[in-house]
Amino acid sequence: MPTLTRDEIYAKVQQTLVEALGVDEEEITPQATLTGDLGAESIDFLDIVFRLEKSFAIKIPRGELFPDNVLNNPEFVADGKLTDAGLAMLKQRMPHADFRDFENSRDVARLAELFKVETIVNYVSSKLNGAA
Amino acid sequence: MRWIWIDRFTDFQPGKSATAVKNVTLAEEHLHDHWAAYPVMPFALMIEGMAQTGGILVGQARNFQEKVILAKITRAEIDDLVVPGDQLQYHAELTNIAEGAASIAGVISRNGKPIGRVDLMFSHIDQNLSGKQFPKENFVFTEQFMRLLTPFMQGSAT
Repeated sequence: MPTLTRDEIYAKVQQTLVEALGVDEEEITPQATLTGDLGAESIDFLDIVFRLEKSFAIKIPRGELFPDNVLNNPEFVADGKLTDAGLAMLKQRMPHADFRDFENSRDVARLAELFKVETIVNYVSSKLNGAA
Repeated sequence: MRWIWIDRFTDFQPGKSATAVKNVTLAEEHLHDHWAAYPVMPFALMIEGMAQTGGILVGQARNFQEKVILAKITRAEIDDLVVPGDQLQYHAELTNIAEGAASIAGVISRNGKPIGRVDLMFSHIDQNLSGKQFPKENFVFTEQFMRLLTPFMQGSAT
């Protein structure tokens, strides 16, 4: 696939989310969170992965875009917050996410806020062009 | 008893596509309530028919090792009514399958003419739901379901 600009990637991600989540294009902004703002449920994350793979002709290994098996590991979570090891692991697995807001609280209830439209755009950019 | 909403498969291409038919008849009790004055096949049961067609396609693709559950109706557009005497045809194409889920794109036809599109996602539930444990036996694919597929499985072995 020829190199896409960030705007082109954003437009395709936007279209993917419109189709997967049944939301209006105007609702999708870079900072919109998938679950909080766009109403995504767990199965939607798999749907989004399927659609991104098709739309961009890429392969997304399980857990690479949306890491799983984080919250049920006691090494990574204590008293409802991510431990140092948990935060380090997540940062390493999600270089495409912006942790600035999250790492103040480390509250696992706010973990879903890491999954923004921009997070997906960063991931796809990195996957296609090798740079987030 | 479990309601089976397809009568038989007319085509089955493992890992690719499946086509099943259902004959709609006034002998089916639910049609008398939906509606008494003008019986029509409920759209929801047509979606279930596609889910059974697609679900068996998905299950067979992993040799029935996964418990395949309908997880999302991605699209359901049905443009016309189906009445007793009609034959429904459900054609499902496997569009994606991965460790945790699969998706199909489906077309519903009535007496050979397309009248609807139903796209679905299925979850392999042992791989999802944060490690929640389910019974070991595959309660999804009962003997009744497997019997529907028998002619094609025997055919592929010869």
